[in-house]
Amino acid sequence: MLDVGRHPNISLLAYSEVETVEGQAGNFRITVRRKARYVNEDRCTGCGACAEKCPTIVPDAFNEGLGNRRAIYSYFAQGIPSTHTIDADHCRQLNGKKCGICAKTCQAEAIDFEQKDRIVELDVGAIIIAAGYDVFDPYRIPEYRYREIPNVVTAIEFERLLSASGPTGGHMDRPSDRAVEADIAELEKNVTKSWKVLAKLEEKYGESSAAFYEKYQAGAFPDDEDRKKWADKYAAHLAAAEPLEALKQKAAGFTVAKRLAFIQCVGSRDFRFYPFCSGYCCMHSIKEAIIAHEHEPETTSTIFGMDIRAVGKGFEEYKIRGGNHSNITYVRGRVAEIVEGPDNNPVVIYEDTRERKVKRQEFDMVILATACAPSKGIAALAKTLGVELDTYNFIKTSPLSPVDTTAPGIFVCGCAESPMDVPESVAQGSSAAERAAEIAFQPDLEKEKAVA
Amino acid sequence: MPEKNEDIRIGVFLCHCGSNIAGYLNMEELADFAENLPHVAFVQRNLYTCSEGGINEIKKGIAEQNLNRVVVASCTPRTHEPLFRSSCGEAGLNPYLFEMVNIRDQCSWVHMKEQEDGTSKAKDLIRMGVAKAALLEPQEVIMSEVQVRALVIGGGISGMTAALALANRGYEVVLVEKDAALGGMLNRLNRLGPTMTQASELAGEKARAVTGHPNITVFTDGRVANVQGFIGKYTVDIETESGVKKADIGVIIVATGARAFVPDGLYRYDGKRVVTQLEMETLLKDGLRPDIKNVVMIQCVGSRNEERPYCSRICCQTAVKNAMLIREQSPDAKISILYRDMQMYGVENEEMFRDSKAGGVRYMNYDPERPPRVEPDRVRVYHALLGREMELPADLVVLSTPLVAQEDAEDTSRLLRVPVDENGFFLEGHVKLKPLDFATDGVFLCGSARFPANIREAVAQGLGAASRASIPLSKGSVVVEPIISVLADEDACRGCGLCVALCPYGALEIQHTEKGRKVHVIDVACKGCGVCAATCYRHALSINSYTDGQIRSQVEAFLG
Repeated sequence: MLDVGRHPNISLLAYSEVETVEGQAGNFRITVRRKARYVNEDRCTGCGACAEKCPTIVPDAFNEGLGNRRAIYSYFAQGIPSTHTIDADHCRQLNGKKCGICAKTCQAEAIDFEQKDRIVELDVGAIIIAAGYDVFDPYRIPEYRYREIPNVVTAIEFERLLSASGPTGGHMDRPSDRAVEADIAELEKNVTKSWKVLAKLEEKYGESSAAFYEKYQAGAFPDDEDRKKWADKYAAHLAAAEPLEALKQKAAGFTVAKRLAFIQCVGSRDFRFYPFCSGYCCMHSIKEAIIAHEHEPETTSTIFGMDIRAVGKGFEEYKIRGGNHSNITYVRGRVAEIVEGPDNNPVVIYEDTRERKVKRQEFDMVILATACAPSKGIAALAKTLGVELDTYNFIKTSPLSPVDTTAPGIFVCGCAESPMDVPESVAQGSSAAERAAEIAFQPDLEKEKAVA
Repeated sequence: MPEKNEDIRIGVFLCHCGSNIAGYLNMEELADFAENLPHVAFVQRNLYTCSEGGINEIKKGIAEQNLNRVVVASCTPRTHEPLFRSSCGEAGLNPYLFEMVNIRDQCSWVHMKEQEDGTSKAKDLIRMGVAKAALLEPQEVIMSEVQVRALVIGGGISGMTAALALANRGYEVVLVEKDAALGGMLNRLNRLGPTMTQASELAGEKARAVTGHPNITVFTDGRVANVQGFIGKYTVDIETESGVKKADIGVIIVATGARAFVPDGLYRYDGKRVVTQLEMETLLKDGLRPDIKNVVMIQCVGSRNEERPYCSRICCQTAVKNAMLIREQSPDAKISILYRDMQMYGVENEEMFRDSKAGGVRYMNYDPERPPRVEPDRVRVYHALLGREMELPADLVVLSTPLVAQEDAEDTSRLLRVPVDENGFFLEGHVKLKPLDFATDGVFLCGSARFPANIREAVAQGLGAASRASIPLSKGSVVVEPIISVLADEDACRGCGLCVALCPYGALEIQHTEKGRKVHVIDVACKGCGVCAATCYRHALSINSYTDGQIRSQVEAFLG
């Protein structure tokens, strides 16, 4: 990213979308909508002072909603460009309320609430589609009860939990436990507040709330309005404090997730959704299990899959190493169902096909290896560009011209073409660059090639 | 060393980075501290040193304060060093008289709650930076011309694809193929999955395009016998039947492919009734004998074992493809594929896998602990999922053997000074981020020489390697940051060659000079990693901008 951001030959148009394409190979005219960020790109230094002061809290899409961000934000810490963006849906100022704190904070004077979308025109010789993919939403598989059982997460969510810069600082805290902790924090806030009110009343009447309440309940102050208010406050306080104690006791027993299940082919190799194999998920499950074990040496992982497709360079060796050194057990079988057991523990029901037995096993957390779904916006983009899609909505190519789309001068690389892992995507990026260069740098065509 | 009479005037610019630094460190205290350091002539605090205003302040400082060294204490050199260096250059100061001190990522961010200790650490860092800056010397960027001609070693599908891509871009290509004809493994294949294209058609088409291309010179029956030089300036000896030809080359692409493992002694392999998938291709090409009705294929023969732990990636898809082609020639043939995991990754492979099942190919999971046993007319296998022994009649047994490294891969590796991995395949610069580059500049990699690849992958990698190789060709020169190794003390060098053996980039060589054996640094190949200088027990080698003297002064400054 850094190299792209810094390269003198690349103009990076982030937060932008291609709207129209005209012309042909060697001579395209493209219009791009540069969406309003409400931040001047030339001035913003990405320091983040604005986001520190912004009062509006929004769930953080980059952390899969597991953490929060502000209404002015950069998508993630090391993002390029580091230019911040105001989320127009949530910003107070842009929604007619009084605020503007970011503008007051910004020492670079980069905030511009008047900024509008801009349309820019580009003349290019060749186009490369590198639009990526979407993560399959496992909510569509009812038997896995994603979102219903809090400790069933997707691999990308787990990735954020493992990340040192993620919402848990790299600890494998279970979502159910985090929810309890969030409840505790909320209740504690209320209890502290009510304590303050009660303290004042206690001072005024010179006795403890508990002692007063006992008398009050015995009918000591029949028509005293002030004392009635005190009693109500104390009753409300008790109603919050008691569950708080209970939750605290419960939370005292929380530990990080140590028994992990990884379920392969969630949405892939599944006729109901995507019949293809997503290619990379076996490896990311093994990787996540190995990293989880590095974080917490008592971690044991079970990977449930039909075939473990460790087909890349060094992959089979990595898989074996995971088994030998990182407490990974590989079970051949497709998981039939996940139910919730005691302590919010997910219970996996599956057939161990080698033993021909249906089994149940309880885990602390279940991680779903979700399919590589064609990106939602790809159909519209393909239409704009005039390229064909395959039956699944990946960009159509042929094995002998692996990065050529059906339209001359337009090329594709990475998961927009079909599911693939990082080394393959990197290699294909170079392949597409080569094909584009053959068009863009024809001696008779002096056209600038821009990468959007 | 700075000239004795030169008056060292260091300017220190302290960046607040908004509140990223100033919010956690006492900037005023740092500025006062910096002003009192030796040779410091000017100190300034900036809200953002990297902003246009900040950059102008640096330039103004150089012009008005006669600064001849600049230190910026701010964020990370990874993002901002190039900017500050070039700004110094624009102001007329040699860009290498600049030193950067990281007081954000390595200080304010990690000591957010310890202002006093953090500030004290920032002082240490700044003092060390200033001490080093005083000893900095001007450097000039190194530029070396590139011979605009590529050598492609290997005339298989990936090599031919790479050669054609470069030739189409207008670059001259020399293609060396060790066999008598171009085509490589394609020449031995029947049809190609998943489209079932005739391999010979593809090979012929590509070979005609290659031989007919005015920019490509092909040497068949050829061998790269010797390679001298470095990126942009290689001299290559190509041995053919008609003698040795010399070629001046700028970049090299390794596309030497792989060979199929021959399973001698395994599963009664005899090349007749028990054959390999590669031999199966020939049987299919020639037309299958009509009496062959029962075929059993065995996967992972000679792979995923102790000797060869890797999965060869393409054997499952080959087996499925051949099973389907057998059914095409002999629709009532019974085919069983005995497998461990069916490695039909991706969209096309899985599709072919499903089609084959629908077409009647049977799949049986076996346990490597209880492998199948081949008998004269049958195969016995313990079906791991049914949990019982199966007996499969077999007129033909086909063994799926892995692709293994070429026998001469080690020779090529030595010739080009590029490494191979534990399985004998060429080792790329970075398994994830540089799959088609070697660590050594100027040499690139594609196809099964790297790791088993199917046609789609081999073509994509051929294009990709061409793209990587075209970068120095299109520029016509290589420009290298001068932070490299230099033979600082020629007399001290004894020519022992220890550094040459350890250099990961092939950037050192021993030369015979009037003073005897001496190491010579190939400056454009050097990355300034410092392994050689650290290794040299005679302290003959030194790294520009990281000299022993400079580092010693930093350490001494730290120790106070």
